[in-house]
Amino acid sequence: MATENGIELDLEAIARAEAALAALSEEFTDWMKEDCDRLDAARLRVHQKGLASEARDELFRAAHDIKGQAATFGYPLAAEAADSLCRLLLNAADPARIPLVLIDQHVYGVRAIVRENAREEDNAIARALVQSLRRLTDDFLAHEAPPPPEQTDPVAGPPLAPKP
Amino acid sequence: MVRIDFNRLRFLVIDDNAHMRRILRTLLHGFGTREVYEAEDGAAGLEAFTHYSPDIVITDWAMPIFDGLELTQMIRQPGANANPYVPIIMLTGHSEKKRVIAARDTGVTEFLAKPISAKALYHRILNIVANPRPFIKTATYFGPDRRRNVPSNYVGPERRKGGKAEVIHVQPLLAKAGIPS
Repeated sequence: MATENGIELDLEAIARAEAALAALSEEFTDWMKEDCDRLDAARLRVHQKGLASEARDELFRAAHDIKGQAATFGYPLAAEAADSLCRLLLNAADPARIPLVLIDQHVYGVRAIVRENAREEDNAIARALVQSLRRLTDDFLAHEAPPPPEQTDPVAGPPLAPKP
Repeated sequence: MVRIDFNRLRFLVIDDNAHMRRILRTLLHGFGTREVYEAEDGAAGLEAFTHYSPDIVITDWAMPIFDGLELTQMIRQPGANANPYVPIIMLTGHSEKKRVIAARDTGVTEFLAKPISAKALYHRILNIVANPRPFIKTATYFGPDRRRNVPSNYVGPERRKGGKAEVIHVQPLLAKAGIPS
């Protein structure tokens, strides 16, 4: 029996909690759809108010929640697609310049994975979709990265001051 | 051998996502906890913290009004509330190293990356109860000792920043959790 400083790792308690979570899982599909609706509503607000507004924070929180809990709900690839959107929103040098179509593609991607009930991590179509979203995010972030600081060469030539 | 008596522990769960709050409540009830209080943002969380005096706080990072990091900063104010030493578990979808370090440097006790599991949550709570760390107060930090393992043979210069460190031994949760000391 595993212990921590003499305190037993209570496997029965863990099993009880896992069983309670499994009983709750009947609701997970509906919850996942609600999270998708929230994400889409946040996307629409970004279209209305722009990415320089608080609408971007709402979109980020909606995507971040899906990133964190979609795997628990049984949609691990939706979590990965949402992660790509989080990376995009978090790492863009100037978030206001993120093309809205790129945000749309991510939100549509998450919704499509859920709508098509693509629950398996090896679902070929959903996996290809996630890889494509990641590539788009990577390309945008690489393109948007600030230029490296200007390099200057040291001044070359003999000293002009007389030798002491 | 002894087990944690979850029935004696009071939890406060702070997350703006109602589904995640329900999941956490379900897991904690599964462990045997009866008292689980909830708040849906940092501001309501701070109010609930003052009102319910929880033994352990579980908070999300990304929340409106003020986030889990700001909430931790507000709780970790010596003298500002009844229990600035309360163990705080940061449960978050942020799993990048710099985030973990930022949470640690703000005074978070344990970091738990989503997706959540019963086992991972249990282990964080077990670590809080079984391995309580003293609090460190310096000019720049107030929170649980960030050194989980202090090598006994270290002979170099003191590397702790923030000037002289005050070590505060906090009342552990052992007795509260039904563990004879």
